Amino acid sequence: MLTDVIQTLPQVIVDGLTLGAVYAVIAIGYTMVYGILELINFAHGEIFMTGAFIGTAILLTFSGIGWLSAMPAIIVLIIVLIATSILTGFLGMGIERVAYRPLRNAPKLITLITAIGISFLLQDIIRFIAEVKKGNYIITGPSLFTGKMKLEASSLWPQFHDASFKSTFLVVLITAIIMMLVLDLFVNHTKWGMAIRAVAQDRDTAALMTINVNKVISVTFFVGSALGGATGVLFAVQYGTIDPYIGFILGIKAFTAAVLGGIGNIRGAMVGGMVIGMLEMFAAANLSGLTGGVFGAEYKDVFAFIILIVVLIFKPEGLFGKAAVEKV
Amino acid sequence: MNVLEVTELSKSFGGLAANSNITMGIKKNSITAVIGPNGAGKTTFFNMITGVYKPTSGDIRLNGKTLVGLRPDAVAKQGIARTFQNIRLFKDIPVLENVMAGMHTHITSNWLGILLNLPKARHEEDEAKKEAYRLLEYVGLEHLLNEAAGSLSYGAQRRLEIARALATKPSVLLLDEPAAGMNPKETKELTDLVQTIRTQLNITIILIEHDMKLVMGISDYIFVLDHGEKIAEGKPHEIRNNPRVIEAYLGKGALSLA
Repeated sequence: MLTDVIQTLPQVIVDGLTLGAVYAVIAIGYTMVYGILELINFAHGEIFMTGAFIGTAILLTFSGIGWLSAMPAIIVLIIVLIATSILTGFLGMGIERVAYRPLRNAPKLITLITAIGISFLLQDIIRFIAEVKKGNYIITGPSLFTGKMKLEASSLWPQFHDASFKSTFLVVLITAIIMMLVLDLFVNHTKWGMAIRAVAQDRDTAALMTINVNKVISVTFFVGSALGGATGVLFAVQYGTIDPYIGFILGIKAFTAAVLGGIGNIRGAMVGGMVIGMLEMFAAANLSGLTGGVFGAEYKDVFAFIILIVVLIFKPEGLFGKAAVEKV
Repeated sequence: MNVLEVTELSKSFGGLAANSNITMGIKKNSITAVIGPNGAGKTTFFNMITGVYKPTSGDIRLNGKTLVGLRPDAVAKQGIARTFQNIRLFKDIPVLENVMAGMHTHITSNWLGILLNLPKARHEEDEAKKEAYRLLEYVGLEHLLNEAAGSLSYGAQRRLEIARALATKPSVLLLDEPAAGMNPKETKELTDLVQTIRTQLNITIILIEHDMKLVMGISDYIFVLDHGEKIAEGKPHEIRNNPRVIEAYLGKGALSLA
């Protein structure tokens, strides 16, 4: 039993890191918006999904006019990522402007319901467009990276089995890590990043320090949604097939990752995403072996959520959150 | 010359008149106090000047330009900075960055320059840090620059709020009960700091304060509010002996006793 776990460990780590990186980048979007507005932006999962569709649409257009074979795959990916993140960035900014800003002073619950409404709206708009254009809402895009790679883990330690993965995994992982590093730099070292942190702490005071709060909130939505959309592209590139409902469960898991890391904390969201991704892949590989076949790999989500519940029982503020201390 | 001109300023919440027809002229480079019993409308007055509340009627002009209708961040850009009665620092953010938050409009590099670490952006960030450090030195907090603002002592938090307000490069600084809850030593240090700011940085200071010893010692001119109205104005010695002021603070009977 234990040898199984050890043998599959390299593969679990490779798969878990990739999935975790996807969760992590989406979780950043949830955590940034929560940090600044105390709003759980349920539409964020759909921004991710929209990004996947926009990316796939661009890829299909490219392949239609023959650019896909003419250009190196990595250049195509960079173009698609940039174009998609700009579009989803503006989409997120627009949603905030139209749907959330008028409700800024309304009770939080009302904005929350609006967010859920926006998320259904996006699902059906995308489904409608896909069906009109392609006759089907399940879309398969062209594959960009077809190579396979092998990680010779057995040469590190003979107990390990080799891990094999498609080269897209590496692309996804590296791109996600670059996005997180850039975001970290943005938040901690630019004036807009500093303004975002200031507004998150105290909106009214930030305004009196010459910070334009509406603009800062727009920037936050732009950055979070651009990251979410770009991750959608990565998802589409990695799995090939997408539908308008992929944002839901992925969004829930990314939100979970944000809570696990301590909602409002950007680095926490990154770590939380990685942890959830790893746990899920670990469960998928080993659950059946560990329980003697009672629970199969399909229970991987349950396993990840049980870990979450256990962590939150002992550390309700999340791994990196700050416990709220009431002064008496 | 008056730097700030307030004309017939009124604010009512529903039927309650928090401020009615207040007219004030604030002299450039002066230290002006606004005093009055609790609930007299002093903080409402500050909130209108800084754009937090929109006046029901009346006008506020800074160097001739009206501030009415501007958002708080726009008012702050015009050169009005403030501190708060209940301290409102960015508690989880380090001391130095609290001050840097006040420099928001004065940093011009775009995010791309900063991410690519272009020399101009780097230079500007260094300059902003140095400037923030100088301001911390000015208020005597430079040794605490990396502490979280919320972990500072009470008096230090008050001084940090002043440093953060100075970072916006104001021409008028509003201090809302700066000495509240301070011990006599801290109050003395604060008084010295306020005077230095006025003389060295040429900033006009308007303060709300209940500590009469401080007010009488530091102010060039005093306005007295009661029930939302201006009931007196004048130099400290004039205010001290003004019967309406004594009445407002101590009640009608106090006059006959005196």
